[in-house]
Amino acid sequence: MDLDYSADEHAFRDEVRAWLATNLPPALRDKVVRYGHLTRDELMTWHRILAAQGWIAPAWPTEWGGTGWNVVQRYLFEEECGYAGAPPLMPFGLAMCAPVLLKFGSDAQKTRFLPRIYRGDDFWCQGYSEPDSGSDLASLRTSAVRNGDRYVVNGQKIWTTLAHMADWIFCLVRTDATLDRKQDGISFLLIDMKSPGITVRPLILMDGAHEVNEVFFDDVEVPVENRVHDEGKGWTVAKYLLGHERMNTARVGTSKRELEQLKTFAAAQRKDGKSLLDEPRFRDKLSRLEIELTALAITNLRFLDRLRGGRPPGADVSMLKIKGTEIQQRLTELMLEAAGPLAQVVGPAGGDADGDDLLAALAPRYCNMRKTTIYAGSNEIQRNILAKHVLGL
Amino acid sequence: MNFDRTEEQELIAASIARFVERDYTFEARRRIVASADGCSEDVWQAMAALGLTGLTLPAEFGGLGGGAMDAMSLMEAIGGALVVEPWLATVAIGAQLVARGGSDDQRRSIIAAVAGGARKIAFAHAEADARHAVEHVATRARHDGDAYVVSGVKRAVPHAAVADTLIVSVRERGGDRDADGLTLLLIDRAAPGVRLDPLRMLDGTRAADVRFDDVLVPASARVGPAGAAHPLIGAVTDFATALVCAEAVGAIASANAATLEYLKTRKQFGVPIGAFQALQHRMVDMTIEHEQALSMASLACATVDTERDPTVRGRMVSAAKVRIADACRHVAQESIQLHGGMGMSDELKVSHTFRRLTAIAQQFGDADHHLERYAALSGGREGSP
Repeated sequence: MDLDYSADEHAFRDEVRAWLATNLPPALRDKVVRYGHLTRDELMTWHRILAAQGWIAPAWPTEWGGTGWNVVQRYLFEEECGYAGAPPLMPFGLAMCAPVLLKFGSDAQKTRFLPRIYRGDDFWCQGYSEPDSGSDLASLRTSAVRNGDRYVVNGQKIWTTLAHMADWIFCLVRTDATLDRKQDGISFLLIDMKSPGITVRPLILMDGAHEVNEVFFDDVEVPVENRVHDEGKGWTVAKYLLGHERMNTARVGTSKRELEQLKTFAAAQRKDGKSLLDEPRFRDKLSRLEIELTALAITNLRFLDRLRGGRPPGADVSMLKIKGTEIQQRLTELMLEAAGPLAQVVGPAGGDADGDDLLAALAPRYCNMRKTTIYAGSNEIQRNILAKHVLGL
Repeated sequence: MNFDRTEEQELIAASIARFVERDYTFEARRRIVASADGCSEDVWQAMAALGLTGLTLPAEFGGLGGGAMDAMSLMEAIGGALVVEPWLATVAIGAQLVARGGSDDQRRSIIAAVAGGARKIAFAHAEADARHAVEHVATRARHDGDAYVVSGVKRAVPHAAVADTLIVSVRERGGDRDADGLTLLLIDRAAPGVRLDPLRMLDGTRAADVRFDDVLVPASARVGPAGAAHPLIGAVTDFATALVCAEAVGAIASANAATLEYLKTRKQFGVPIGAFQALQHRMVDMTIEHEQALSMASLACATVDTERDPTVRGRMVSAAKVRIADACRHVAQESIQLHGGMGMSDELKVSHTFRRLTAIAQQFGDADHHLERYAALSGGREGSP
């Protein structure tokens, strides 16, 4: 048993780390580290820097621009980016639409969309959840009725992340509502956000952020050539994608960085003249969190080791999602606690709450990160998956 | 990065699994626990025949030369089958202290005898007011010519009554909690002035309070440096702590397997109770506890085998023990709850696993003790875990 990386893997990590040190713009890093909300321009600036380096889509096949890295290298790259404070890469194009096109798309679809996703020409969003279809996704009702070489789409999506920035949306729609199984009769469509009949309405979250939206479809016409895979096979596509969506939710690198920030922050707080790190009640909470993250990092390595050995990612990924998000939330909770009563300050009255004041960002961050145990398959859904597929219950 | 077992480790794991399945059924264990000694000489000799009594002892004295990582599968099997034999006390602590600190003569005679199954050792260390502090020793040793004269009381010494030899921590100087001043002495269990009061422990194992009344010990019985044995005791305690973390992983796996089986077979309201989501999610959380515990046991065993810096070593072992203690408590309590009334019954193995998990949570220090030690050893240490 060897818990450390090989010499080659260390060298790879050093290379990535050195590259990040010179190529990650400090202004972007500072905004990420202070929990700022990034604009589309800021997100795409980082996207294009990585694309120019050839590192924007490591997991893709090499003929489409993939790096050919193995799973350990891919993981190390993501961990280093998170640890360095690089802006998150929006998964909707790179890690969701693209894998679907590569697996199920026609040659024409691949040629049309993949290079634009790679370069960052198109910004994608995901049209899955509906007002009455959250965890029970297969009950979705947004309809697509075939009319010649077009589908006519009517209905509503909700919680659509960054739809207000998006050029395209991939959607699960119902093309046949007469079938017994709700998973049947669903299709996967790519829809241009500029299409007539699409309305995007912001949903402001409790931290004041505009991240998610409602998207309304009112007789929106979509060319049949924008359907991926066969009509009625949308659920097959969705299930394939769910495995991808959960690949990096452990987010060990990001949590390691935030833990260091928490320690530095707590060390500077005073209670009865002493550092908060020397206050036993707070210190024990911090230690337990650090230990949980240590355990998760090793569980993640064990998972990678199995993956490298040829075992496909299975339901075990759900475990990483559950633990990873619990830790992410706990980090924000302890930051809030460390700040004491001033954590309640969220910014100057009448001013922009999205400034560069770390203290003012803590409470909104705590609020915002409650989403992590809900999105991408709530942690309860993850437990259902584990119960069924790992435990056989 | 590699989490696969080596070929040797696979062989050890396979032979232990065969042995446990054939000779250490739950019914066999029940008879052993109820016997006069509370453990079995037959089982001990069978373990010796498999080489297990020398697994972590130096090859030059008849052992197999393995480390904690090599002993993980043994410890997991011990935890799974609730083996009550004095393997940890004799091989992982007693003989390990001799292997690391003993003279050539001591190593030659004692390690070979332990590896061959001819000798058992108990570590007489813990005292009434020590709680979990390794440095707390009030038992005194004064000099009388070339010899030591030992007086004091050791509490609940695991397996003392079946041990041939006690390895006893004594204080030559200083206050009861000073790290300086500690010495280790080999004392025959039957030596004049040594008195044992046997005890039964929650997990079915035996122990004894051991009283030393002016026991005369020759200087040649000293293991390691005079008055400076604390680093040796600390290193071997970390070694044993890492191993007991691996034992916990085996016991947790056993409790989880029994509980999962029960969820699938016990029917209420016309369906297996495992069909209920409230129970499914609790079973999933127990499974996650097992994964996190296995990760930390692996980290602890790898650390005690390879880490030379005692601060880093202690910090990682304490991290593991905090996590393991939490997992022990969580899984033990949930396994009983999900078994319902049956879980309370002495007839079911799971209630015995509950007792062992409860003991492991406290053995070598509970979660609070190791949280405090972890924080103390992390002092001024910024950076990733």
